[in-house]
Amino acid sequence: MTNAPTDTVASPLVPRKGFSRMADPVFAALTGAAGILVLIILGYMVVVTTLTAWPAMQSQGWSFIFSTTWDPSRGQYGILAFVYGTVLTSLIALVIAVPFSLGIALFLTEIAPGWIRGPVAYMVDLLAAVPSVVYGLWGVFVLLPGLLQPLAVWLSRTLGWIPIFAGPGSGLSFFGAGVVLAIMIIPIISSLSREVLRAVPSDEKNAAFALGATRWEMITGAVLPRAKAGIIGAVMLGLGRALGETIAVALLVGSREQITASILKPGYTMASIIANQFTEATGDHIRALVGVGVVLFIITIVVNVAARALVWRMVEA
Amino acid sequence: MSEEPAFRVRDLAVSYGSQVALKDVTLDIEPRKIIAIIGPSGCGKSTLIRCFNRMNDLIPGTRVQGQVLYHGQDIYANDVDPVTVRRNVGMVFQRPNPFPKSIKENVAYGARINGYKGNIDELVERSLRGAALWDEVKDNLNRSALALSGGQQQRLCIARAIAVQPDTILMDEPASALDPVATSKIEDLMQELKERYTIIIVTHNMQQAARVSDKAAFLYTEVNEAGTARWGVLVEYDDTSRIFTNPRDKRTDDYISGRFG
Ligand SMILES: Nc1ncnc2c1ncn2[C@@H]1O[C@H](COP(=O)(O)OP(=O)(O)O)[C@@H](O)[C@H]1O
Ligand SMILES: [Mg+2]
Repeated sequence: MTNAPTDTVASPLVPRKGFSRMADPVFAALTGAAGILVLIILGYMVVVTTLTAWPAMQSQGWSFIFSTTWDPSRGQYGILAFVYGTVLTSLIALVIAVPFSLGIALFLTEIAPGWIRGPVAYMVDLLAAVPSVVYGLWGVFVLLPGLLQPLAVWLSRTLGWIPIFAGPGSGLSFFGAGVVLAIMIIPIISSLSREVLRAVPSDEKNAAFALGATRWEMITGAVLPRAKAGIIGAVMLGLGRALGETIAVALLVGSREQITASILKPGYTMASIIANQFTEATGDHIRALVGVGVVLFIITIVVNVAARALVWRMVEA
Repeated sequence: MSEEPAFRVRDLAVSYGSQVALKDVTLDIEPRKIIAIIGPSGCGKSTLIRCFNRMNDLIPGTRVQGQVLYHGQDIYANDVDPVTVRRNVGMVFQRPNPFPKSIKENVAYGARINGYKGNIDELVERSLRGAALWDEVKDNLNRSALALSGGQQQRLCIARAIAVQPDTILMDEPASALDPVATSKIEDLMQELKERYTIIIVTHNMQQAARVSDKAAFLYTEVNEAGTARWGVLVEYDDTSRIFTNPRDKRTDDYISGRFG
């Protein structure tokens, strides 16, 4: 049409002006900068802490890692017992938390009637918001006398012939700390697993049902294989939280630097030694404590990278 | 009639919550025939087909009234386990839904959970041959089923269903997500399958219904006077040739001619 109001219709090839045209590059630059900033901060943390700790690590040599003797008064700093305690309490926490969390997640996605799901899920999520010091105090004042101590004594009496339950059993132990850690990470693992399970396509569930699967067979045959990678990711995030948890563990682990096969004996963890001694430490002692932090950092990074690699491998397969 | 019907449906009504979706359905289904369920979208075709293997049970709030007799036994009776029903009445869905497992494991899944004692490899081969897929996948049985084309995936789902050794196969628009070549393979396959299985197929493709089925059930949506509620009813059930050339009901005629015109 010749009489079309051409002056009000922009030609399709003339670039738009103003903010909306600039938005994409600005957005890209901002997000890129934020990403790089995170990397810089992370790198800076690693460098500064390592430099601070280095003199102590160097003077101890390999015994910094491989010795269990931690005696600031004689200038001996061996952290193996703390590494052991951190790994052991976290493993105990996982052994307890994973089945519970999966049970909760499966119940809430596949079994519970609709009206129960929302409220229960909400309550479980709320547990994740409880500060860890509250878990620790609750553990000490309620769980320890009411459950952990009697349970530890009972375990050492009945199963004491198995080295990991050798007595005398105490609630202030790897075991006690592990139980409280488990309670702390159940909400994380179960709510992440729930999201993963919810994402399993209902097509596949229906396929299993239509082949004559019971609900249980549908879950093991169709839901879990599909959700495996995500569940492992959720578990690893829980593990990351357990490895770094400080206050609750410091209150319950018993604070004795020793390596024992029995989980019912008191121990120590990396985060709790830092928390307990940092304020009163000076000189090499402080440097050694920072060194403990560096090693803990490395362990959590290794766990995270391993988790990611595992999840990727499974997603590929 | 020469043989006992595979299914007798009597005064069937289905509601979702307080909404009636389907009512007054009565029909008999002869064994080893292909029965097409046709009708406009939302008239209750999927609702009806899900009654034959109690898949409706999985939708919370669903209520089924009336009877569905399978070889004379009411599958909605109190003492009947829906799992047993589904082991005898297989189902293929609109979208191909293989598990994220190997081709072989997909076919073997149903047999495994049913405690199949025979040779799994033989069963897999037999089922894949039965679904006209064997020649295309025999060298890649351990490959992921998700790597197959849509048409191959759908035939894999058919293989998976027949591996459980059902006597009836339900298909809810099995070809609607496929291209014409894959569709015609499925249609050819259905002709082979009906030698051994009773097949009930939902389709909104009238040509397809006319090509493949022996009998056809035409469902249609009724609306109450206030226009506040709608539900599906069975308008006509007859030999396919009759439904398409000389229907008794005007609604059938209008729908068919509209769809062909
Ligand atoms: N899961 C469900 N929950 C509630 N209503 C449903 C559900 N499935 C189907 N319906 C209703 O039942 C009626 C029939 O649906 P459907 O059987 O899927 O029809 P068709 O397969 O013929 O398109 C529709 O009104 C639909 O909205
Ligand atoms: Mg449908």
